Amino acid sequence: MSAKNSEKTALNLDQLRARLEQGKGPQYWRSLEEVAETPEFQAFLEDEFADRTPDWLDPANRRSFLKVMGASLALAGLAACTKQPKEVIVPYVRQPEEFVPGRPLFYATAMTMNGVGTGLLVESHLGRPTKVEGNPDHPGSLGATDYFQQASVLQLYDPDRSQVVLNRGRISSWISFQSALARELAEADLDKGAGFRILTETVVSPTLGSQIQDFLQLLPAAKWHQWEPAGRHSAFSGAQAAFGRPVNTIYNLENADVIVSLDGGFLACGPGNLRLAHDFAARRHILTNTQVPYKPKEDRQEGYQPGPAAPYRNQAATHVLEDNSPPQQVSQVYALGISPDQVTQPRMYSVEAAPSPTGGMADHRFVLKPSEIEAFAFALAAELGVSGVTATSKHPAIPAIAQDLKAHTGRCVVIPGDFQPPSVHALAHLVNAALGAAGKTVTYTDPIEVRAEDQLASIKELIGEMNAGQVKTLLILGGNPLYTVPADLDFKSALDKVPFRAHLALYNDETSEYCQWHVNEAHYLETWSDTRAFDGTVSFVQPLIAPLYDGRTANEIFTTLAGEADKSPHDIVREHWQTASKSADFETYWQTALHDGIVPNTSLAPITVAAKPSALTHAPAPQGLEIQFRPDPTIWDGAFSNLGWLQECPKPETKMTWDNAIWISPATAEQHGIATGDDLQIKYQGRAITGAAFLLPGHANDTVTVHFGYGRTRGGKVCDEIGINAYLLQTSDAPGQGSGVEIAKTGGTHYFSTTQHTQTMESREPVRTATLEEFKKEPGFATEKEDDKPLPKYLTLYPDYKYEGYKWGMTIDLNACVGCSSCVIACQAENNIAVVGKAEVGKGRHMHWIRVDRYFKGTMDDPELYFQPVPCMQCENAPCELVCPVAATIHSGEGINQMVYNRCVGTRYCSNNCPYKVRRFNFLLYSDWSTESYYPLRNPDVTVRSRGVMEKCTYCIQRINAAKIESEKENRRIRDGEIVPACAQACPTRAITFGDINDPKSKVAQLKAQIRNYSLLEELNTRPRTTYLARLRNPNPEIEKG
Amino acid sequence: MSQIFYRGTNTIAKVSIVTIVFLVGALITAAYILGRGSYNSDVAVVKEQPVPFSHKHHVTDDGIDCRYCHTSVETSHYAGLPATEICMSCHSQIWSNANILEPVRASWRSGESIAWTRVHDLPEFVYFNHSIHVNKGIGCASCHGRVDQMPLMFKVNTLYMNWCLDCHREPEKYVRPREQVFNMAYVPPANQIEFGRKLVAEYHIQKLTDCYTCHR
Repeated sequence: MSAKNSEKTALNLDQLRARLEQGKGPQYWRSLEEVAETPEFQAFLEDEFADRTPDWLDPANRRSFLKVMGASLALAGLAACTKQPKEVIVPYVRQPEEFVPGRPLFYATAMTMNGVGTGLLVESHLGRPTKVEGNPDHPGSLGATDYFQQASVLQLYDPDRSQVVLNRGRISSWISFQSALARELAEADLDKGAGFRILTETVVSPTLGSQIQDFLQLLPAAKWHQWEPAGRHSAFSGAQAAFGRPVNTIYNLENADVIVSLDGGFLACGPGNLRLAHDFAARRHILTNTQVPYKPKEDRQEGYQPGPAAPYRNQAATHVLEDNSPPQQVSQVYALGISPDQVTQPRMYSVEAAPSPTGGMADHRFVLKPSEIEAFAFALAAELGVSGVTATSKHPAIPAIAQDLKAHTGRCVVIPGDFQPPSVHALAHLVNAALGAAGKTVTYTDPIEVRAEDQLASIKELIGEMNAGQVKTLLILGGNPLYTVPADLDFKSALDKVPFRAHLALYNDETSEYCQWHVNEAHYLETWSDTRAFDGTVSFVQPLIAPLYDGRTANEIFTTLAGEADKSPHDIVREHWQTASKSADFETYWQTALHDGIVPNTSLAPITVAAKPSALTHAPAPQGLEIQFRPDPTIWDGAFSNLGWLQECPKPETKMTWDNAIWISPATAEQHGIATGDDLQIKYQGRAITGAAFLLPGHANDTVTVHFGYGRTRGGKVCDEIGINAYLLQTSDAPGQGSGVEIAKTGGTHYFSTTQHTQTMESREPVRTATLEEFKKEPGFATEKEDDKPLPKYLTLYPDYKYEGYKWGMTIDLNACVGCSSCVIACQAENNIAVVGKAEVGKGRHMHWIRVDRYFKGTMDDPELYFQPVPCMQCENAPCELVCPVAATIHSGEGINQMVYNRCVGTRYCSNNCPYKVRRFNFLLYSDWSTESYYPLRNPDVTVRSRGVMEKCTYCIQRINAAKIESEKENRRIRDGEIVPACAQACPTRAITFGDINDPKSKVAQLKAQIRNYSLLEELNTRPRTTYLARLRNPNPEIEKG
Repeated sequence: MSQIFYRGTNTIAKVSIVTIVFLVGALITAAYILGRGSYNSDVAVVKEQPVPFSHKHHVTDDGIDCRYCHTSVETSHYAGLPATEICMSCHSQIWSNANILEPVRASWRSGESIAWTRVHDLPEFVYFNHSIHVNKGIGCASCHGRVDQMPLMFKVNTLYMNWCLDCHREPEKYVRPREQVFNMAYVPPANQIEFGRKLVAEYHIQKLTDCYTCHR
């Protein structure tokens, strides 16, 4: 990689800015390098895999090479004659009921992350969980998942998970730990537990909650603390300030016409994010009754009508299209939608310092420094007449936003970001109250946590007592506080003063190292528990597999403390609910709740809270550069850092993999003479860390953003020693942001593996957008661009192939897609896609079958953001098929571009010829064939690919075939919606639709008949089966941008 | 100067040309026979099993239906091998002391599975589904042969792709009425092709020759 860096071309940002302002360069661009047309970018453009560094760096000389070659050739000849190896079949001794070998079973369970539970259905093949899906009945999922849930199954099988109980680093046992704990308890009993402390993550589990409460009654002087590094401390304090009590805030976006996001980020993370994304997108699935763009007859070749959605039009509207009738008469066919004149769409304003998927979806995105966001909130509240609030400064857009909000009283909402200071949360509550949103677009309930509290205060109190020597016993149940507690609190030295320290955790991590006892925790897929969704709905966590390493849960530690050492987690949860449910027929209650994945009537009732105007103080004016701290987009607070899937998932905003960086705006970077990859030392409040800078268009000036979760020292083989540890800078007084940062170049450079240069389609306008106004004027904008080259449309020498049975197709609605990348990881889990590592990603060799492209549009300082998922287009005229010398990629009778691994010899001609760059090649043996713990993870219905073969999206052929077999057994056609590819299933916004386009009633056929429907690179006449629905924006005409 | 080659050299040259051509041909033929023959395909090769299970005895003598043991053949891609429990449902009562059945009893006692050697072993990149074949009127015997007459299990067909395609291209040659699928002794009618065509239409049997039908 060093060679790469030395060749790096410095960007001239002035020139870049000028280019963008003059409208030169591509209209939609992915990176500054693309706009500048640097040699690195050109290399990627010309050659899909630009880096030709040999993969074999062994310094073998020619002679030994020939010797080895000769020997291996001879052996290879012999090896070809070997027979298939002997295989054994091991049937059950007693086959469990309902187990049919070869057919997966789905169990409802739930995953808790950051103090919120999400209901899941987990696929199990003969007792081994392989794939996580959302539970359609669960209010927080509605069938969707995010990438953390998708990757959680990888965590179950992670070979780096802690596998034994350790005492002072030596292997011990659970029983020894129990007796050690009993001794501590006996001692603690003498002073009613005055020196006994428990530290947990946010507890929402009702069972664990009641166990903790019982324990605290037993030892009244003992204390329980909670610490969640990316917790909602500000939300708690904000609610305290606004209402004088903690509340749980639920947004009903389906009823919101105007949304103001104050660094909200709610579409990608936070409580109920999947539900929020679903509700947000629900009103963006716009169906119009406009007919397809009318083309004069001479443009239409025989047998094919304009646009790729011909079958629907053929069947439904043949009588009209065959003659040269004017377009009006076709419109009755499209009666399912509304007229374009009546199209409405909620409007979103987003204020943020760093780009996010939420900002990308906003109709107006205002780039503000972190400190200005609070001022913005004050000014908005003041403008809306919230009493007692004064503004210090006023953003020019505020009057227009306030007017818009007032015009939609009761149908608008202001959403503060979890990491904004409490004042912003309080202001949002006050504004929502003033706008009549409370009870309509915002509902309040009691907190879902067992004990809502300001966790920052909680951890500070604990550390104070630890330092004072008052803590004799500390049980750390989950979490990794030594790594995650803000640096100024110095948890490590406080921990040294506690005589008895025990840590229950999935990994033997940084905290475990400093505790005498480490107890290996059971993964949520291995044990019983319960949790609460964002609205309070309880779900039981039910295991899919017995603990792989005899892991334990916090529940079991509490039963040990209560003197019931042998109680199983199942009995603990069941007994709690036997009392709590008050059900006469508990068995039915229990079984139904387990089956459905939700416990009925457990969502929390809405409460009315009155906003009490309290004196909100403005934060002191920032000095110097500002900094903001955020959990990492893909690996969160560090809890997921050892998962290769999430490390390699390109982060939605930067498309960076395997790293975190210091995000900085191009203008600020220019000021300091910084380029992407330059090592910077950040000094903040007397502490310093060194990391590499990443120039991110659309980032606030004079601000740096750093993310948690990296810089691990004991996280596991995957994550150790990569990235920078932002916790080392974080302070407890302002955990989300601060100012007074000094940055200095250290002279070193760092290489980032991003996917933003690779797999580009040049400047061919891949994303198509229009404002609502433009759409009403010209509904056919997506396919009728003026600068569309007049090509001989659909010219072919061959007669069209008639797809008589099924004709599979897909649409992706860019108006709904929020770029969250769940689909990428869902696809990886479903299709056994390998992880390749940072160096290989840098060469453009990542294996994801679906990628999410991120485009910028407009200026470098304040661009618009667009996201576009790109799977294989399954072209009807597939360029890849023509060039394969061994017919390893050919077309199926249902229009799928088949990739046959056992025929592929790895010429890579297909990938060269693919204009969409969706084919992936196994340059090396990327699939892990040797780590035993990964074997059960694999989907048995999909081949695990070896070295030297090409692979790509199959439309989840295993799911298509399964549905086809089931339907054929019942002698019927496959129903619309029966096949859901993994990407579509995970998608929270339902942006991806799959189905049979031969069936005019299918959803996908109807979407393809929509006027917003367009094909990527249509001018190449590839006739893609995957098409896109153009994005619509709804900007406020009152606000002049730029 | 005398001649380098004497007259007889011509004969040697001719013979060696023929011999080389013959040898190359023989080599190719040998490779083909080896590759297609039962050395490679395991056709008619009896593999060692922990228990010398006789299908002939259980099916013909005792009249046990295929599905008594291969329980999931109609519902799953995998026909299923009987759990030890199924064996023991009879053998706890009859032949309960037979030496030959000791591995079965050992499995029952210890809870450890019996490790059978796979006889019909498809390559890993082939995804075969029993249930759809059985439901569309392909008899067990069509692929597995007269298992009811096999004292020890062996393969009768190569399971090579050309063998699969033979039926996938012309299913009418092999299809039988659904109710005859598990009848080992079924004899196709004289007018099989005509009869088969009728069944193909009735059962909605497709000629599936797309790669993705089996490979994915």
